Parts: sequence; C-alpha cells; structure tokens
Amino acid sequence: MSRFRSLAPWAAAMAALMAASSARAEGMDQAISDIVGPIVNPIVSTIFYSVPVAGTQFPLIVGWLIIAAIIFTLYFGFVQFRLFGHAIRLVKGDYTDPKDEGEVSHFQALATALSGTVGLGNIAGVAVAVSLGGPGATFWMILAGLLGMASKFCECTLGVKYRNVNADGSISGGPMYYLSKGFAENGKAGLGKILAIFFAICAIGGSIGGGNMFQANQSYQQAVNVTGGDASFLVGYGWLFGLVMAAIVGMVIIGGIKSIARVTEKLVPMMAVIYVIAALIILGFNFSAIPAAFGAIIEGAFAPVAVGGGIVGVLIQGFKRAAFSNEAGIGSAAIAHSAVKTSQPATEGIVALLEPFIDTVVICTMTALVIVITGAYQVEGLGGVQLTSYAFETAFPWFPYVLALAVLMFAFSTMLSWSYYGLKAWTYLFGESKGSEIVYKLIFLAFVVIGSSMSLGPVIDFSDAMIFAMSIANIIGLYYLMPVVKRELAQYMAKLKSGEIAPVDKEAKRQNA
Amino acid sequence: MTTSLIVGLDGTPGGDSAIAYAKRVASLVGAETRIILCYVVEWSPYSFNTPEENAQRASRRENEIKLARERVLSPAISELEKEGYQVEGRVRHGDAAEILSLLAREVNAEQIIVGRKGESVRSRIFGSVTAHLIQEASVPVTIVP
Repeated sequence: MSRFRSLAPWAAAMAALMAASSARAEGMDQAISDIVGPIVNPIVSTIFYSVPVAGTQFPLIVGWLIIAAIIFTLYFGFVQFRLFGHAIRLVKGDYTDPKDEGEVSHFQALATALSGTVGLGNIAGVAVAVSLGGPGATFWMILAGLLGMASKFCECTLGVKYRNVNADGSISGGPMYYLSKGFAENGKAGLGKILAIFFAICAIGGSIGGGNMFQANQSYQQAVNVTGGDASFLVGYGWLFGLVMAAIVGMVIIGGIKSIARVTEKLVPMMAVIYVIAALIILGFNFSAIPAAFGAIIEGAFAPVAVGGGIVGVLIQGFKRAAFSNEAGIGSAAIAHSAVKTSQPATEGIVALLEPFIDTVVICTMTALVIVITGAYQVEGLGGVQLTSYAFETAFPWFPYVLALAVLMFAFSTMLSWSYYGLKAWTYLFGESKGSEIVYKLIFLAFVVIGSSMSLGPVIDFSDAMIFAMSIANIIGLYYLMPVVKRELAQYMAKLKSGEIAPVDKEAKRQNA
Repeated sequence: MTTSLIVGLDGTPGGDSAIAYAKRVASLVGAETRIILCYVVEWSPYSFNTPEENAQRASRRENEIKLARERVLSPAISELEKEGYQVEGRVRHGDAAEILSLLAREVNAEQIIVGRKGESVRSRIFGSVTAHLIQEASVPVTIVP
C-alpha cells in the first residue's frame, strides 16, 4: 500500500500529462470514469463477497443462484424436462381458448421476455466466459442454463398468480408484487414489503447496470471495432455515441415513438435467427473439428490447465455468464411474463422454462462453440464482443458488420425491456405518476451516456453486481412461496389429466367461436 | 329455415358496398334472411410486442371492441334494422380470412360477402385478405367491387 502511495504523485503527474497530450477527446470519457468508478466499486465488492474454495475465490452470490436452481429442479421433479413438450404446445396455442383472441398469447409473453434476455449476454458475455474460463466454461454454462429453467418456471408462475390489474386495465406484475402479496397471505406482510422494496431498488440498479450501461458500452465497442478499431474516428467519443443512443432510446421511452420500438421488436428475432444460422454454418464448415471442440469443452470443464483457479474458476465463469444471460432467479422475467392472458398461472411458468433453454442452451452455446472451434479464444488481447466478432470473421469476413447491427439491435431492445422493468420497480416505490416516471426515464438516459464512456471492466462488474443483487430478495421469496407454485402445478396437472383442460382442436374452436 | 349472410367489415368504404349487396341478396331470398356483420381487428398471437404493449393489451382490446361497435357496427346495424332487415353484429380479433370462414361454418352461412380492397404493397407480397378468404372459405364468397 505504501508503495502505491509513494507512486501516487508520479501517477497523478502522468495522468495530467496524458490528459493534456491525448487531446480533449479522451478527457471526457476519462472524467466520467473517474467520477463513477469510486461509487461503483464498493457496491461491486459487497455483492461479490467471495470465499476461498479449492484455492480460488468463489462469489457466494453465484452459489446462491445455482443452489436455488438445483433445489427448484428437485422440488418440482425435473419440471424442465417433464413438461418441455407441453411448454411447446402451450406456445403454439394448442390450449388457448378461442375467446382469448386479441389478448396477450403465451407466444407473445415468451417472445417479449426473450427479447429482454437475448442480447449482449449471449454474444459478449459468453466471449468473456470463454476468454477467462477457457472452453470448459461452456459446459458449466449449459448446465446452469438447464438448471435455471426450474427457477424461471417458479418465478414466472408466481408473477402471473400475484399480478395486479390496475384501474385502467393494464397489468403490473413481478417479484415486487409476489413478494408483498405472497408473504402477506401468510401474515408476514412486513417482511414481504421489505423484500419487495429491496428487490425494487436492486431492479432499478439492474436496469441501469446490465440493462443499460453494459448494453451501451458493448454497442459502442462494436461500433469502434467495425469503423477501424484503434484508428476509428469514434475512439474517445464514447460520450458522443452515448448521447446519440440516449436520444434514440429517449424518443421511444419518453417521446412515445412506437414505430421505432415496433421495428426493433421485429428485427430482433430476425437477427437472432441470422446469428444462429451463421453459427451453424461455421460449425458446418468446421465439421471435422467439432469432436475436438467438445473434447476441449469437457476436458476444460473438469481438468482445466491454463485457467487460474482450476475447476472452480472455470465453473464460476460459466455459471456467472449463464446467470447474467438468462437471468433465471433474478426476477426480471416475471415482470415480462405476467401480462399473459391465462387463468392458470402454472401455464406461463411452464412456457417460461423455455426461456433459459433458448437463451443459454441454444444461443449461448452457439457463440461458445464458434469461439472454441475457430480457436479465437486463444488470441491474446481480445475480450467481450470483439472476441465473438473475430471468431465469426474468420469464417465470414463481412460478419462484423452484421454483428455490429445485431449488437445494436439486441442492445437497443434489451434497453427498452429493462427500462420497462426498472420503471415498474420505480413506480412500485414512488407511485404511478407521470412526473416520477419522467424522473426515472431521465436517469436511465443519463446512464446510457455514462455506460458508453466507461471502460468494459468497471461496467461489467457493476452490471453483474446489480443484476445479481436482485436475486437476493427474489430467491428468498421463491423459497418461501415454492409450495404455492407446487400447488398451482399440481392442480393444473390434475385438470390436464382429467381432461378438464384439453387441447383446443379445430372442431371445438369452431363451435366455441 | 333462416338463410345467413356474413358481411366482413373493416371500417373502409368497401364495407358499405358489401352491405348494400347483402341487402339486395336478402330481399331476393326473402324475409327469413339474417345478415351477420363481422368486424375483424387484425391480430396475430405470434406477433412481437414490447413489454409495455403486453401490459396494456387487455385494456386496448376492450377499447378496440368498443370503438368497432360504436363507429362501424352500431350505425350499420341501426340503419339495417330501420329498413326492416334481421341483423346482428360481432367483433373478433385475428386473421380476417380465417375468422370469416370459421364464422361461416359456425352459423352455417349461405355465403360470405366482402368489399374489394385496393391493392397495397403488402397485398402484392403476401396476398390480400380476399385472396386468402377465397382459398380458405367453405361457403361461396362474393367480392363486391
């Protein structure tokens, strides 16, 4: 420490010199980083309080999520495998009452929730995991995705069961509501309220962290990347990029320009499909290398060589990125899923278990396989979205441009979704008024600028910290309320078995219509 | 036995000519003719929405139904009733071609009458509602120019 202190004047002099020489451009970004950094760092180290396990630091919060996912998997009897087929039938609309036409369908609720989670976590986050944890991180990521399906099932069932129908007919749902109402049912209203408030505060943090700064940061990085890397005219103008992005987001969330949102919502699924197809083509080109890649993944998962922290280090990277990407146990999805039209809360829980599957088991795995198979993760000095971009570029030289567009689209739609989640948490705390909504939206926009001005490290740390913090209150609530979910599932399954709830066939549709 | 005629409406002038033709058919067939006006709000369960749109969907739907009844169905119904026709109205959400042909089976309709729509870019690419209706319907379809 004393050594650092003696270096301080020298460092300060250097910093001043650098600031002066590297022109005004760098100054703005640096200034923003300097202000935000000291505020963010203590929060990060609190959330990621780690204990040494097998010679490496294990963040307790990651264990918290994984243990919860394992418990839910066991408690609900492997619901993610048992009801996987049923989930697909529900999404297809096989069980949808024709009287519900014009309402939010299972498909729409799932698609909306997915557009909030499928995003940079799948492109940049996976790259971070593989570059830090090696190929083996992929294995743990997939495992965490499969387990996380049970957490999603639990939280989204509760989201529908305890949602609020407001006076104007709109629906508000999510952990804030199931925490306060679910605990109140058992005479623990006070505790429920505290958890709900804690969750809401963290959700606001998450909405400006992972749901905003991380997205803004990575889309700026990718924009720099495709316009010439270090020589790009954008270097040092992160704040300007952020301002433009904030302006566009602002047009939608404050200006109410729906057409922009609508275009994005249509382009995002298309981008996701293009992304997966491109990944499959690359895998096809490297068909002969697939067994070796799987070998590297399995070997890296259980007997990693070049990774600090050994097997636990790899596991942490995989689990962390999976949780960050699919948000199972975080509670965000419960907000998005709660608008569905159904009389059976369990149905939306069942549909929601597809979310981590699509997000993590399919899309994240594609990214990881491409990075592993092309050997891109062995290239020094690449991280985040740049690594993914490089991996795809080895097969398609033009792909960085497509990826840049995809990153922008994903980032934008994730920001829109999270601005909504954050807003719901905000209005839960401060009441539903136009004035308080505007305050939140302006704060949200300010962080778009901050996020694109800072370097990746602090942004990713802060994003992770806030998103994971949401899981503290949420999972306590899930443990407490999981018997409710079990009852909901049991009575739904009983009705399915007795035929009281049956698939709506065309014939019946005609008669009921 | 009552003869049922289905008239598809979407709030455009084409609907008026469809109603006019339905009246003519009804008077040719005789008194035992029921005209069913069906307003279809274009909607698909497989579209992509923002979370905000989903949260407000239920109240928007109510509103869409209310507007369709107030602005399109009610005026048409009261006019037809005044002229002595047997008439009823419905508002449905979904794909117009599918809804109209399902309704035709449900009420055992004699035919479906719709107005012809102008050609749009969308109809050039994906085919028009009327073209789909012709493919899908199980009863004769009359397209009124």
